Amino acid sequence: MGLLVIFIQKVIGQGIGILYGALGEILTEKSGNLNLGIPGMMYMGGIAGLIGAFLYENSASAPNGLVGMLISFLCAFLCAAFGGLIYSILTITLKANQNVTGLALTTFGVGFGNFFGGSLSKLAGGVGQISVAVTGQAFKTPIPGLSKLGLLGQALFSYGFMTYLGIALAIALALFLNKTRKGLNLRAVGESPATADAAGIHVTAYKYLATCIGGGLSGLGGLYFVMEYSGGTWTNNGFGDRGWLAIALVIFALWKPVGAIWGSLLFGGLYILYLYIPGLSRGSQEIFKALPYVVTIIVLIISSLRKKREHQPPESLGQAYFREER
Amino acid sequence: MNENYAIELKNITKRFGKVTANDKVCLSVKRGEILSILGENGSGKTTLMNMISGIYYPDEGQIAVNGKEVSIRSPKDSFDLGIGMIHQHFKLVEVFTAAENIILGLPGQELLDRKAVTKKINSLTAKYGFDLDPDQKIYTMSVSQKQTVEIVKLLYRGVDLLILDEPTAVLTPQEADRLFAVLRNMRKAGHSIIIITHKLNEVLTLSDRVSVLRKGQYIGTIDTKEATEESLTEMMVGKKVSLNIERPDPVSPKKRLEVQGLTCISKEGVTALENASFVANSGEILGIAGVAGSGQRELLEAIAGLIPSARGSALYYPPEGGEKELTIMSAADIAKAGVRLSFVPEDRLGMGLVGTMDLTDNVMLRSYKKGRSFFADRRSPKALAEKLIHELGIATPGTSIPVRKLSGGNVQKVLVGREIASAPAVLLVAYPVRGLDIHSSHTIYNLLNKQKKNGTAVICVGEDLDVLMELCDSIIVMCGGTISGIVDGRTATKEEIGKLMMKTGGIQE
Repeated sequence: MGLLVIFIQKVIGQGIGILYGALGEILTEKSGNLNLGIPGMMYMGGIAGLIGAFLYENSASAPNGLVGMLISFLCAFLCAAFGGLIYSILTITLKANQNVTGLALTTFGVGFGNFFGGSLSKLAGGVGQISVAVTGQAFKTPIPGLSKLGLLGQALFSYGFMTYLGIALAIALALFLNKTRKGLNLRAVGESPATADAAGIHVTAYKYLATCIGGGLSGLGGLYFVMEYSGGTWTNNGFGDRGWLAIALVIFALWKPVGAIWGSLLFGGLYILYLYIPGLSRGSQEIFKALPYVVTIIVLIISSLRKKREHQPPESLGQAYFREER
Repeated sequence: MNENYAIELKNITKRFGKVTANDKVCLSVKRGEILSILGENGSGKTTLMNMISGIYYPDEGQIAVNGKEVSIRSPKDSFDLGIGMIHQHFKLVEVFTAAENIILGLPGQELLDRKAVTKKINSLTAKYGFDLDPDQKIYTMSVSQKQTVEIVKLLYRGVDLLILDEPTAVLTPQEADRLFAVLRNMRKAGHSIIIITHKLNEVLTLSDRVSVLRKGQYIGTIDTKEATEESLTEMMVGKKVSLNIERPDPVSPKKRLEVQGLTCISKEGVTALENASFVANSGEILGIAGVAGSGQRELLEAIAGLIPSARGSALYYPPEGGEKELTIMSAADIAKAGVRLSFVPEDRLGMGLVGTMDLTDNVMLRSYKKGRSFFADRRSPKALAEKLIHELGIATPGTSIPVRKLSGGNVQKVLVGREIASAPAVLLVAYPVRGLDIHSSHTIYNLLNKQKKNGTAVICVGEDLDVLMELCDSIIVMCGGTISGIVDGRTATKEEIGKLMMKTGGIQE
């Protein structure tokens, strides 16, 4: 029983970061922008949050965890949203190729994170890892009371606020997309920008906002990893390929935010399954780590075979919108 | 400006470069009236409507809505004035329901109240007699249902003046009748409607008045009660100063292509071509006349093996004897079987040439499969490209220029030149001079005549009757997917052809 609880905790710890990334990418893709820069932007969010907290903790005489948390939260969101803005200017205004721009942004973001991560270590004294213990602890603070409810409390209520915020955001995004006028307009922009344009919807504004906010959301995934998962420390390339898992999760969830919640748990579980299977060599561990991608490919094959229009990506995904000349 | 008119246009002129698309056109629509606008292709109907719906801005003239002079600078301006246009290509989101498409982009309470929307749509559809399920997804709908969604979308937004651009072109006769019933209900409710059409019978059954345009000129407006098919045809076709095009007499014509009962059904299930039969002889130019979308494209593409045919045959008789059935082969098989058939499609840079590739590579598209070498032969296409530039006077800096950078006339010369260079026995050309100036047009006519003298059977789809009547030895007239008549190019009159073009139901009548 205890082992199962620990497994559940680890699964959720892996899944939530991916969930944020996937939610950001769903919002972005609903506007017709295929942002492959998400992995890089998650790095950007993570390091920006860490820098914010680090500078605060170093300057304040008695750092307050809550303030550190707010500062790092804001820094992570804004920095990743800035990545989304770079992507938007290039692909929406300048009509650059979306795939190339996204991949470049990923390369940039990973480098950005590692560069500043290294600089921060130097600033901190150059020995070992830097740590923002106070802020990290604030992120990890579980729900008082509920987390003490035995095994159930440990399995469901022993996490920091970002876990619950992620799930709430997924539900809110689903409601936004399906139940509001702006959500309807946004989906129309991603499906058929010419139709949206003719209906008087400001296509460019929707694309910019969705891409920037989506970028900010994905940056929170990086922040989650740095603060709650790693407890406020930075390791170069520590975030690994979780950004790509987030993009795979978007496909797996068939562009549905609520589906991404279950998907993130499944991906998180598959990602760490190798730890629980005894007697694996290093090579076979890697095979297990690839399972989420295998599952995504299977989902892609099945959804393509079923040919259900609702399960397809937004129709104009990946294409720049040119208003008709005549 | 008269207040009784929902919209009034005075002396509207629109020029595109040297071309005058609309020259001092006047038009008015009363409230609760259906006005038809009649005219051949290129007569400026769509340009005129685009100025009302805010896509173009007129160079000269005034527009008044409900008696007040207005300036329509964008589709939004037009929409704010209560004007809505339904284009031939629908603007709908396929994965949305009808209701979602109808309310798209509208202001209102942020949280969607789907029940209220459905209720309002149902009351609209009941009022005008539409048949529409607001919760049906667009991608499961027929063309006619999609059109219904477009109309309801405009009504939901409170449009007073509705413009329909050839609304029946994609409908079955039954669906067209249903549409007309709805339009009559809308007229009864006080809406004004402008309908652009080629079909005389629709004009006569539906509209109150009809305005006629010809080559950008406004010819006049008459009450439909006083109009007949003959009088409308005469207004539409008119008289024109003839161009001087050479027409050599055919030399010993022989049967080259025999089409029998050819029928094509489109993916949407519409019969685009029905029971077409004719013979094309060597050394003759066979013209095909008809309003756009009467089945010309399908006829040529079925012969060229680009689209499958449902019934019928196209027999090719090679000069060296024997016969070959073309409709059972694909375009690649036709080329492999040694059939000397060339096709110049109407969509030059879409189907004919690759815009981003240079002249040599485009010429090579015809020849790269030849030879046994592992590497493609680039030398002979380059030589041919140079020969074409020289012989046809193609204005280009060289052979290594992407063809999309050339002007329309030069693009067409490259395409026609390449096809002719393969020495075809049958040459199919669609709208060879569309968008070309007089000089380039005559270069193309001369090329076709040269082929004719060489003994090629030329089949040429055209839109300008004057040209077809001067160039062709005989003319097939198409109407609504059928061949409504075959006339002699030397003796036929324009009125005769015009009537055949408008003949509803084609040969069955």
